[in-house]
Amino acid sequence: MKALLALSFGLLASPALAADCLVVDGATVHLPAGPQATSIVVVGERIAAIGAPVTAVDAASGQATWDGSVCAYLDASGKQISAGLIDSSTQLGLVEVSLEGSSHDKDAGGSDEVRAAFEVADAYDPRSSLIAIARLGGITSALANPSGGLLPGASAFVDLAGRRQSEAVVDSRAAWIANLGSRPAKSATLDRLSALLTDARDAAANQRAVQGGSYRDLLASPRDLAALGVVLAGDAPLILNADRAADLEAIARFATREKVRVVVRGAAEGWLVSDLLAEAGVAVILDPTVYGAGSFDQLGGRADNPAQLKAAGVEVLIATGSSHHSRGLRQLAGNAVRGGMSHADALDAITGAPARAFGQRDRGVVAVGAVANLVVWSGDPLEVTTWADAVFVRGVQQPHSSRQTVLRDRYRELPGSPLAPLSLPE
Amino acid sequence: MIRLALLLLLAAPAHATPLADAEDRGLAPIETAPAEPAPTVVLTGATVFTATGEVHSPGWVVLRSGKIAGVGAGDPPETKGTVIDATGKFITPGLIDTHSHLGVYPSPGGRAHSDGNEATAATTPGVWAEHSTWPQDPGFERAAAGGVTSMMILPGSANLIGGRGVVVQNVPTRGSRAMRMADAPEVVKMACGENPKRVYGDKGGPSTRMGNLRSFRSAFLAAETRRDEWNKAAEEADKPKKKPKRGAEPEEPARVDRNLDLETLVGVLNGDVLVQVHCYRADDMLSVLQVADEFGFSVRSFHHALEAYKIRDVLADKGVAINTWADWWGFKLEAYDAIPENIAMMHAAGGIPVVHSDSPIGIQRLNQEAAKAQASGRAMGIEISDDDALGWVTKNPAWVMGIDSLTGTLEAGKRGDVVMWDGHPLSVYSEAQLVFVGGRLRYDRDRTPIWSDFELGQEDVR
Repeated sequence: MKALLALSFGLLASPALAADCLVVDGATVHLPAGPQATSIVVVGERIAAIGAPVTAVDAASGQATWDGSVCAYLDASGKQISAGLIDSSTQLGLVEVSLEGSSHDKDAGGSDEVRAAFEVADAYDPRSSLIAIARLGGITSALANPSGGLLPGASAFVDLAGRRQSEAVVDSRAAWIANLGSRPAKSATLDRLSALLTDARDAAANQRAVQGGSYRDLLASPRDLAALGVVLAGDAPLILNADRAADLEAIARFATREKVRVVVRGAAEGWLVSDLLAEAGVAVILDPTVYGAGSFDQLGGRADNPAQLKAAGVEVLIATGSSHHSRGLRQLAGNAVRGGMSHADALDAITGAPARAFGQRDRGVVAVGAVANLVVWSGDPLEVTTWADAVFVRGVQQPHSSRQTVLRDRYRELPGSPLAPLSLPE
Repeated sequence: MIRLALLLLLAAPAHATPLADAEDRGLAPIETAPAEPAPTVVLTGATVFTATGEVHSPGWVVLRSGKIAGVGAGDPPETKGTVIDATGKFITPGLIDTHSHLGVYPSPGGRAHSDGNEATAATTPGVWAEHSTWPQDPGFERAAAGGVTSMMILPGSANLIGGRGVVVQNVPTRGSRAMRMADAPEVVKMACGENPKRVYGDKGGPSTRMGNLRSFRSAFLAAETRRDEWNKAAEEADKPKKKPKRGAEPEEPARVDRNLDLETLVGVLNGDVLVQVHCYRADDMLSVLQVADEFGFSVRSFHHALEAYKIRDVLADKGVAINTWADWWGFKLEAYDAIPENIAMMHAAGGIPVVHSDSPIGIQRLNQEAAKAQASGRAMGIEISDDDALGWVTKNPAWVMGIDSLTGTLEAGKRGDVVMWDGHPLSVYSEAQLVFVGGRLRYDRDRTPIWSDFELGQEDVR
C-alpha cells in the first residue's frame, strides 16, 4: 500500500498513510451472493477479508484496526462497491484520436491477412489519456484488441493502472480476434479459419519438417501458426464477430468441430439460437442497445436478447466496442436490466463474466483472495445518476483526475481569459 | 434581455420578397391530415414534470382536441373522456431531439439509404432534408419508444452549408411532408471545422479552416446581393403602375429569377431561417459568430459544441444554444477537449444547453443521456433539478427549433406532446409506456403495431 495517498472521495483531503492494509466499511458491497452491507479489508494487491471485525475506528484520522494491524480506513457509508468493471472489447491504449491515423498503434500493417504472432501488448500505451478517463468511469481492466486483416494478432488483457507496459499488461496473449467481415460470406471465412487451425495443428505435429522446409505449403507463416497453439490448447478464446442467427449457428458448429473456445462479439440475434450457443459453450459479447433494424444482420435484435441468452445458460459479456466511450459500459448493463436481465447478471456481464472468459478468475469479483480492483460508487453502479467516488486497482487508490478533469478545473472560472494571470511572487 | 430581443426580431414579419408565394407553395401540405378529432384524455395520480420549473406530485394532465387543456396538482378538475390512472408513474413533455438523421440515414444502414449528405459541392443551401426523409425508417418508432415526439432532421455535416433541415412531429405518415410540424420555422444546417475540409480537400476545396471561412463569407456576400435585388424588385412591384401610353404594350413587372440556394441564405439574412451550426471547438464557434456578426444574422444554436464550456459566457450572453452529447469525445481531434460537465456548466452559466442524439441509438435514450449530464454536474457541485435536466430534452430543444410556443413544456394551450413513463424518467431502468403526439396516442409499449413497412412481415421481428 505504498502509493496509498489521499485516501478519500473527490477533493476531500485526508492524511496520507503508509499502512499496508486498507479497510473500507459502511458500503453495500456487490458480492457473488448478492448485495450486502459489509466491510472489505485489502492487504497489498488483494482482498484479505470480507465482513471481518474492525475495531478502533477513527474516521477523523482515517485509521482502524483489523486483525491486530492498524490499517487505513475509508468510510464508505451510503456508497455501493462493486468489482472493477472490465470492458472486453476496446482499443484502449492503442488509439488516441479515432480519426487521426497518426495517433493509432493497433495494426501490424502489411498485406498479410494472418498476423497471429503479433502481440498488441507491445503497442499498448498505459499513459494514453483514455486510460484515466475510462478508469474514472469505474473501468479497471480491459481487453485491448488489435485490428486489420483476418487474424490481426493477440489481444492484451490490461489493468488500467501503471505508467509502464510491464505494470499494466496482465496477459499479452489473452485472446485472438478473427475478423469475419461481411464479404466474402462469414461462413466462407469460417471455413478458412478451419483450414488455418488445421495447418496450425499439422505444423505443430511436424515441426522438424516445417523448420526444414520440406513440409507442404501452409496458409500462414510457421511463426503465426505456432502462436495459434494457445488457442488450440484452449488457453485463450477466439473472438468471432457475427449478429445474424444463421451465422451464429455456423459458429456454434465451428466451435464444436474445432474444439476451441469461442466468444462471439455481436450476437444481436443470439436469442434465436441460444440453445445451440449454450450447448457449444460459446460465450457472447453483446451490446444491449442494439435495436434490430440497424442492419440486415440484426433485424431480429431485441431488448431482452441478453436476458434470454443468460436464461439459456450462455455466458453473457457486455462490452462497449469503443475506447473513448468505455465509461459507458455500466449504462449498457443498466439497459440490459431494462430489457429484463437481473441486476446481478448484468453486473456480472461487466465484471465476472469477462474475467472468466479471458482467464482472469481472480478479477471481476469481490471475494477473499481476489485482486483488489474495486470501485466505490455514489449509488447503484448500473444507474445513470451515479458516479465513481473512488477507484482501486490492485489495491491502490487511483488519482481522481484525468485530462478531462484538469480541463474542467481550468475553465471553472472564466475571468475574461481562460487563464487567470499568475499571482506576483512575494 | 438579449434573448428577448432576439425573439422579437424573429417574431417580426418576414421581409416580403416576390418569392414568398412560391416558398409557401413549396411547403403546402400534400397528404390530408387525419379527420377524426383527438380524444379527451385525463392522466391522474402521476408525478408530473412540466419542464417549466413546476413539479406536481401527485398531479394530472388533461389532453383535449390535440392540445394540453390543463396541468395541475392533486385531483383533476374534470374526468370526462378517457381517464388513465397513472399512480406511481411519471409524466413529462414529449422529448425533442434537435439533431436527428432519421429518415435521411435510415435503418438498415447501407448505400441505398445514404441520403443525408449532398456531398457534391461544399455549399448546398438549396437542398431540403425533407426531400430525403424516408417516413418508413424503423428508427421513428424506436424513437417514439424512447418518448420522442418531435425532432429536427438535419442534413449531414460534410458540407459547409448542408441545406435545410426539417422540424417534424414523430408520427407515421406516407410522405415526409405530412410529418412537418405545422407553424415550425425553417432551419438550415451549416458545419465548420474538420468535416468540410476533409470531404472537399481533394475535391476542389476548401481544404483548410480559413478556406471554410472564405466559403461561408462568399456565400453570404452572394446572398446579400441577391437580397438587395429582390428587395428592389419588390419595391418596384409595389409602386403605382404608370398608365401605358396609347398604343404601347403594358410594362412587364421586373422579372425575378428564383434560386433555391440563395432563397435559403436570404431567409437566413432576413431572420426567417434558423441557423444550426455543427461546430466542436471554441475558436471555431467564435469564428462562425464573427461571420454572423459581419452579415447581421443570428446563430440559433451550435451542434456538438464540445468546447462550449470554454466560451459559455459568450454563448449565454448572445443567447446561442448548444446541442451536445452527455459524454462523447475523442473520435476526432476537434472532439479531444470534450468534458462530461459541458452541459451542466452551460446550464450554470445561464445558457441554453440541449442533449441531442445525432444517433439512431441515442435518440432512443435521450432521458438517460440527460441523467448522465446532470450527474456529471452534480459530481462537480452544480445543483440541477430533475425538472431542469428534463428541460434539456424538452423545453430547450423546442427553443432551438423555434417551436417553444407550440411544445416543449406541459402548459395549457400547447400541443398534446406528452409521455407517461413507468419509472423516474432520469433512471436507466425506466421506459416510456404511453406516448401522445399532438394529443393522439401514438405509442403504447404493450400494444403498438409495427410502424414501418420495412419491418412488416420480416421473420422474428418482435
